[in-house]
Amino acid sequence: MSGTYLGMPAFPEAAREAVANTTLRGNLRHATHTIRAKRAKAVNEVSDWAGLREAGKRIKDHTLRHLDRYLIQLEESVTAAGGVVHWAADAAEANEIVTRLVKTTGESEVVKVKSMATQEIGLNEALRDAGISAYETDLAELIVQLGGDRPSHILVPAIHRNRGEIRDIFRSEMGEWGRPAPDGLTDTPAELAEAARLHLREKFLRAKVGISGANFMVAETGTLVVVESEGNGRMCLTLPETLISVVGIEKIVPTWRDLEVFLQTLPRSSTAERMNPYTSTWTGTTDGDGPGTFHLVLLDNGRTDTLADEVGRQALRCIRCSACLNVCPVYERAGGHAYGSVYPGPIGAILSPQLRGTGSEIDASLPYASSLCGACYEVCPVAIDIPEVLVHLRERVVEGGEVTRQGNKVVLRPAKGHAAERAAMRAARWALTHPGALRTGQRAASRTRRFHPRSLPGPGRAWSGTRELPPVPAEPFRDWWQRTRGGKGGAK
Amino acid sequence: MSSRERILGRVRRALADTAGDDVPYERAVPRDYLREHGDRSASQTVDLLAENLADYRAVVHRTDGEGLAGLIAALLDKRGSASVLVPPGLDPSWLARTAVTRVADRAESTPHELDEVDSVVTACAVAIAETGTIVLDGSHDQGRRRITLVPDHHICVVRVPSQVVSSVPQGLERLDPARPLTWISGPSATSDIELDRVEGVHGPRTLEVILVSGD
Repeated sequence: MSGTYLGMPAFPEAAREAVANTTLRGNLRHATHTIRAKRAKAVNEVSDWAGLREAGKRIKDHTLRHLDRYLIQLEESVTAAGGVVHWAADAAEANEIVTRLVKTTGESEVVKVKSMATQEIGLNEALRDAGISAYETDLAELIVQLGGDRPSHILVPAIHRNRGEIRDIFRSEMGEWGRPAPDGLTDTPAELAEAARLHLREKFLRAKVGISGANFMVAETGTLVVVESEGNGRMCLTLPETLISVVGIEKIVPTWRDLEVFLQTLPRSSTAERMNPYTSTWTGTTDGDGPGTFHLVLLDNGRTDTLADEVGRQALRCIRCSACLNVCPVYERAGGHAYGSVYPGPIGAILSPQLRGTGSEIDASLPYASSLCGACYEVCPVAIDIPEVLVHLRERVVEGGEVTRQGNKVVLRPAKGHAAERAAMRAARWALTHPGALRTGQRAASRTRRFHPRSLPGPGRAWSGTRELPPVPAEPFRDWWQRTRGGKGGAK
Repeated sequence: MSSRERILGRVRRALADTAGDDVPYERAVPRDYLREHGDRSASQTVDLLAENLADYRAVVHRTDGEGLAGLIAALLDKRGSASVLVPPGLDPSWLARTAVTRVADRAESTPHELDEVDSVVTACAVAIAETGTIVLDGSHDQGRRRITLVPDHHICVVRVPSQVVSSVPQGLERLDPARPLTWISGPSATSDIELDRVEGVHGPRTLEVILVSGD
């Protein structure tokens, strides 16, 4: 994924800093609580939510199970409709393809619709290195780009900024990139939106190349779908002469009809609306309407490796609604940056370590960035069992084992730093398979319980620093059972 | 090996464990969700459309065939529009009562030229009541996608009840995926500042929907 995130500290360190930032915590708390209540209301409006959720899950599972077939079908239908399809095995290849396509047009600037895939591959940085200016046009992406910042949420990348901070960024930075912020700009959201409208308008009107992602690609028809709110997507998809869409291979659905499920579940899950203000669909090119040239770049970049994991592959069902972020108690407190990836929150904690592997410190720590409370699974519109995948990835980090990286099977060694955990598990396994030793140990523990410390010494200190040690009973359960036959006849 | 072959090969190897699963698409997906929510008469469906459009800050007007031209003229006048974009196949009688300068929807127009136009009047392909959505499909009475994007004021005419469906599934059935579609639910908006919805960013900040009865 993007080089921006290389060298990120592990989640616990990054989170410790974030939790100490009271402005950040206030901003996140306000935003996530606002959207949580609204989402619940929007979901409760439809009586068949469970059926839509199950259908969404099954459509995605079926597609993934036959992904090779649907990719080929999509390629055929996009090509038949006048588009050009490119395949990119990794980020570097995707960036190279897009850079070449932009250079071929002779242009040195592009306008961009918000796209997780292009964030993931670090496209803006690659274009900049090739002398091409890429302008983000989604309001939150604009705030992030102007502020020299990193996104912290899938849907609202500037969720960590409040209105006052946004006004300050607009005032100081807009002039550097184009039209400056209006004089006397206040921090009312309507005025901030107006400032963005004025700033970006000149860029939209002169743009010759647009770059987008897509929410869905329909294999049967070759149709791409972009779901948005502001109209910046429509600007980028219709005004330029050339459109380049970079889309992950897992974004396919088989048929046009399948959209009837996701166009109901996605808006309600993400912005908590019955329907988002604008949805654009296009199939190849249309004479006289919109870009005359359309390129689709199909991106792997770790997706096929994820697909090879029988438990972890369900993460590829994700439709990037971000409901799991908004409901997560860990995300609410730690914020998005601590996850060290463009995919933060619960879905990021299972997606990033699979797309990138668990080799780095941050990626090996992400499966632990959760209390396993399960709220993310509850709200997921495609029923991704995030806690199940988290536990699965924890096992992989601790135990190592066979995984697929860049299409090849490799055997991971157990991660460092979990030696004590492994030793404890080995000891437990031995004790539980030796009943005599277990009994002796339990009795000894009960008799000495008055002398037990309240916190663990040595390496256990960090663990017991935030937890109560469980009290040891006066008598082991098995002794009590033998003595009383399970409390028969009122025995105590 | 090309990247295409490399990716397809990786996909096939990744799916080796599922080789025995040949459940066809038709049986793989249960469709036990509803085709529409609730049981409404045609006029109740139109009422729901009006209600949901208004809930997302579209301005809704109702009239009949007789009153349409007068209403459009009045709306353009009230807005103070000096010019209006006109799709090539728009029913000429709709603009019969206004003297505002017509600007044709032409391939040669630059985005800057469109930005000088005050308003646009179009028909639509279908409207979805449950979500308060109107869909444009680029037919001759709706024009190129950009003409309903760049001007700041969009008047969209919906023939009721014939163009109104209840639900998203019913809407998709009526639409042709080969055409470029624009689904519009209220004026341009954003939730990007503190996850609160604010109307009015890049698309038309004023969306007026006229429900014309009597077809």
